[in-house]
Amino acid sequence: MNEKLAVQGLGKRFATGGTICDVLDDISFSVASGEFVAIVGASGCGKSTLLRIIAGLESATRGEVLVDGAPIGGPDRNRALVFQDYSLYPWLTVLENIRFSLRLKAGGRRRGTDGHRESLQRSELLLELMGLTHVRNAHPHALSGGMRQRVAIARALLGKPELLLMDEPFGALDAQTREVMHELILHVLALEKRTILFVTHDVEEAVYLADRVIVLASGPGRVDSVWRIEGPPPLERARDLKRAPEFVAMEGRILDRIRATSGVQSDLTALRRLTRSIPA
Amino acid sequence: MNAREPHRDSSWWTIRGSLDRRLYLTMAAASFVLWLTLWWAVTALELIDPLFLPGPGAVLRRFRDWLIDGDLLRDAGISTFRVMAGFLASAVIALPLGLLTGAYRPARAFFEPLLEFARYLPAVAFVPLVLLWTGIGEISKIAIIWIGTFFQMVLMLSGDVARVPMPQVEAARTMGASNCEVIQRVLLRSAMPAMFDTLRVTLGWAWTYLVVAELVAADSGLGYAILKAQRFLQTDRIFVGIIVIGLIGLGTDQLLRWVHRRLFPWVA
Repeated sequence: MNEKLAVQGLGKRFATGGTICDVLDDISFSVASGEFVAIVGASGCGKSTLLRIIAGLESATRGEVLVDGAPIGGPDRNRALVFQDYSLYPWLTVLENIRFSLRLKAGGRRRGTDGHRESLQRSELLLELMGLTHVRNAHPHALSGGMRQRVAIARALLGKPELLLMDEPFGALDAQTREVMHELILHVLALEKRTILFVTHDVEEAVYLADRVIVLASGPGRVDSVWRIEGPPPLERARDLKRAPEFVAMEGRILDRIRATSGVQSDLTALRRLTRSIPA
Repeated sequence: MNAREPHRDSSWWTIRGSLDRRLYLTMAAASFVLWLTLWWAVTALELIDPLFLPGPGAVLRRFRDWLIDGDLLRDAGISTFRVMAGFLASAVIALPLGLLTGAYRPARAFFEPLLEFARYLPAVAFVPLVLLWTGIGEISKIAIIWIGTFFQMVLMLSGDVARVPMPQVEAARTMGASNCEVIQRVLLRSAMPAMFDTLRVTLGWAWTYLVVAELVAADSGLGYAILKAQRFLQTDRIFVGIIVIGLIGLGTDQLLRWVHRRLFPWVA
């Protein structure tokens, strides 16, 4: 398999008000073309920062990000990013939001050209694929959180990005909606075949969706372990899988790693000591 | 076990509760009626010398006379012109400057402290300077209204632009938008409802600087009429002038609110 994304020795240091803070330290991993990689870790481990650096929205202090072997510059439409929330344009309808990039010069498509027509057709297709046809003319504020994220994903997919970056895209959704979104994303990606880097704090979600799960340890963020998930191909995965013993075991092992690297464990020991010292 | 009354959502007096339009209008009308009645009662019972507080009847009569025999419409017209001219002169510069400072941190750092300083300079204190610089023509009145509104307006517009959610900007950048496109297609469009509201609020302030502006050797306008009435102890005329300014303000404000709802239906 050829390598789509390579992260090499990446480090990020923030200097605010005289205090220096290392957020990421010597992060290296690669993602193969067509692979779905999830990054999990305790909150504050820098996983969002890592994704933002790969998107080109922030710069790294050390190290490099390579896409197809070439170092990245700033943000690029080949590296689409799906945010957790508030990224849709409230003044545009669902369809206009999905087509937003066509209004940009970088969209590179003049009205009336074949490319433009093809993109318009593609937006209709994505609308249907995401189950948004009936709300095509609605504004985002009229939609539920789950619907809004479908629009955000469709918008990111429109430009056929080589790399789809997702920053806790279902983090603000309720559990039921999230389940539906999991099914949807697997089906869409089976059709769209993109390379995906997916950041989440939900280990079940990571194990269910990804081919590989990277655990980031915090303070400073570094790669703790990498887990290959041997599941059925995306289209054959179903909700039941989440209750299969192998699945639950894998989830447990990854959760243990996150607990071991997050610093919460020591808090718990302190808490236990505290509760024991209280006379019954 | 004590049986509790089942909770019914019938109370209209709840913290942050909702209110239907009919009840809203009733409450609004009730407050006007209450104050008018109080005003009428106090004057009808002659509790206060009419020289200090004329009754509603006297004020209405003065309003009719001023409207029919005098030049109330001309005064209101010239005052409205001055307010609009001063306000537009502010807006024309404040809009691009607010957009620039809201979009770029260095521009903000360059202008904001200066503007923060300038907005504390009392507009009234500029009257002698403005007279010296611009003479006693229309320009002087417009200049004072400009001084009173401009600095606040830039700062508020800048804040409106700066409050555009970062993901909206970053999403555009990951779709390949240039700086120009981010400003034009995201910042401006996203901040537009808030900017419109800022303009509506500052237009109200422009009216408050009108009287100050018309202190400056004016021979027409509502502010001038109020000041002249004071000289002749025509308290009822002062009341008419104040109420007319209030009504013009209320009317414009309601109109702009309506336009806002029509232009920006997606704003909840």
